[in-house]
Amino acid sequence: MENITIKINGMEVSAPKGSTILEAARLAHIEIPTLCYLKEINEIGACRMCVVEVKGAKSLVVSCVYPINEGMEVWTNTPKVLDSRRKTLQLLLSNHDRKCLSCVRSGNCELQQLCKELGVEDDGYYDGEKTPSEIDDSAAHMLRDNSKCILCRRCVAVCEKVQGIGVIGANMRGFATFIGSPFDMGLGETSCVSCGQCIAVCPTGALQEKDCTDQVLAAISDPAKHVIVQTAPSVRAALGEEFGYPIGTNTEGKMVAALRRIGFDKVFDTDFAADLTIMEEAHEFIERVKNGGVLPLITSCSPGWVKYCEHYFPDMTENLSSCKSPQQMFGAIAKSYYAEKAGIDPKDIVSVSVMPCTAKKFEIGRDNQAANGMPDVDFAMTTRELARLIRKCGIKFQNLPDEDFDTPLGLSTGAGTIFGATGGVMEAALRTAVETLTGEELENVDFTEVRGTKGIKEATYHVAGMDVKVAVASGLGNARELLNRVKSGEASYHFIEIMGCPGGCVNGGGQPQQPGWVRNTTDIRALRAKVLYDDDKADTIRKSHENPAIKELYETYLGEPGSEKAHHLLHTTYVRRKINEI
Amino acid sequence: MACTKQKVPFSGTKEQEMELKETINQLKDTKGCLMPIMQKAQEIYGYLPIEVQTMISDETGIPLEKIYGVSTFYAQFALQPKGKYQISVCLGTACYVKGSGEIFKKLEELLGITNGECTPDGKFSLDSCRCVGACGLAPVMMINDEVYGRLTPDQIPGILAKYQ
Repeated sequence: MENITIKINGMEVSAPKGSTILEAARLAHIEIPTLCYLKEINEIGACRMCVVEVKGAKSLVVSCVYPINEGMEVWTNTPKVLDSRRKTLQLLLSNHDRKCLSCVRSGNCELQQLCKELGVEDDGYYDGEKTPSEIDDSAAHMLRDNSKCILCRRCVAVCEKVQGIGVIGANMRGFATFIGSPFDMGLGETSCVSCGQCIAVCPTGALQEKDCTDQVLAAISDPAKHVIVQTAPSVRAALGEEFGYPIGTNTEGKMVAALRRIGFDKVFDTDFAADLTIMEEAHEFIERVKNGGVLPLITSCSPGWVKYCEHYFPDMTENLSSCKSPQQMFGAIAKSYYAEKAGIDPKDIVSVSVMPCTAKKFEIGRDNQAANGMPDVDFAMTTRELARLIRKCGIKFQNLPDEDFDTPLGLSTGAGTIFGATGGVMEAALRTAVETLTGEELENVDFTEVRGTKGIKEATYHVAGMDVKVAVASGLGNARELLNRVKSGEASYHFIEIMGCPGGCVNGGGQPQQPGWVRNTTDIRALRAKVLYDDDKADTIRKSHENPAIKELYETYLGEPGSEKAHHLLHTTYVRRKINEI
Repeated sequence: MACTKQKVPFSGTKEQEMELKETINQLKDTKGCLMPIMQKAQEIYGYLPIEVQTMISDETGIPLEKIYGVSTFYAQFALQPKGKYQISVCLGTACYVKGSGEIFKKLEELLGITNGECTPDGKFSLDSCRCVGACGLAPVMMINDEVYGRLTPDQIPGILAKYQ
């Protein structure tokens, strides 16, 4: 592509034609601060943090949307530029709740960080009337506090453009503008699917999950309760980021150690339940293929995706696997098999999960997720909440030893581990389904065609005389595209894996928040996913059906995959919903 | 936040719905179709309540929030119906310094509605406006085409009574 040469701060910089000043500057390692900008998602020049001086221009220009021209001269740090940025911050602060000490994002807030870097004090210089706002707590999974909103519209963009949902947007105009849902509806009354991607991209404390760390601590301190915890595969791949480790560090051992020190009676692994999911789902797939059931079979591990399917593709809910998600399977087994085995009354068990996901908070309250006459899972925490809990308990994470999960619900295989990445459920299912169908051991368990962070992936495998066509999508915008192809007859598959968040659970809405500049320059999903694939590679057992704890569970308790008991405990139902319910 | 709660029940007819759907079908594949569809919808119904916006959303696939965002951004779109008697009170400079704010408050109090709303019986709607060109009569309000000038708050009940 044709390159253009410009000068930034006196340095000659060459960048492809069509680049913005911001992109050209980045190529030369000149950083321009941004706030509303999210690469390819929110490029609207709204916040004016990234202003720069351009020779000959009448006023400062917004570098995130301003294209470069041959011979252009740009200055990014002049007193005029810095003054403008400071004024922008002061004006934002004038309409901002500045109780930073008690704010969930303190220390990790992009607005706070910029104020610190540019020396903007909390002096209330422009204070006056503030836009009135109320906290919206109508959704099961999150809170919106618009008194901390800076109207950057990142949440709006990710909801509409990436997830293809669009249940939030800018209402009213001018000073009265606020981000919300239509007609005074709370988020909980809309077709929001609880994916939490809006929280993940929010630069301030305006959006956060509903925190249950205090309730969990209260349960732990109750001597009558047996409090167990399960952690999803993706949590270990990202928790370290909260404690200063580089993105892509596996902190499984320290995470287990921390949970034990917080006071959980048993520390178990959702990976175990992922293996169990594979047993049931692979069985369901084979049954559907053999008996002419509804195909394609679509995975149901991601509660954001499940709710999306119910709202936006209600006629495809029969394609959803009836299997509960690993979180819920774990809970159902904990309060039946485990309770029996450990001799504990299931009523005394408090079942806690740590998930990279906010939709899991919605999932625990769904119908048919209480196999033993009580909720399968009592509290679903996000990775961020776990980090908060660890800090709250004064634990110095970096100093912890590495410890192992408890048995038996802590035993897992590589197949269960890769559940956290897009394509991982498909690969794990294929490892088991192919061996079951052929009756022969796989020479190579790596199904690399379904790996990687691409939004939609397809592959065909020749298994037992049949071409099995599979597809994988992550991010709900991609899911919609894929399902529209299926509905129009343009494509047909036997088995589809869909995860609600782009890149899968590793990039879930409950994961540690990375600031805009990191999101714009780093492939966070790939780095976190690598943790899981490396873990799988190092595992001695890499197929769910070879997990000894799973084998024992079937032999001594469930019988066969798909048995009546398995159905009662491990399967669920779905509802058809509308997009606009009035 | 402007009040968007509907006080008047929606009373759209099948014919209006057919007309709206026809408009949407004609326009929905063109780029930037939302504004013309909303304008036509307002022409058909007189305002854009949730029922109408939902119809537009369902037919076009455009998220309801996007439509609502547009409808609350532009002053040309009304979320509440107009009453049989449309009251507009001038809050322009001359009227305002002559006390039209008090007139407006009195009307709010007596009718139980605020700016942009309509009484549940569909009789009165209340809007503020900017200058009707009768500054010499300030403070001024209009009820449909009737102009009332040199108002004081205590005259308001008597004026409303004429329309009851």
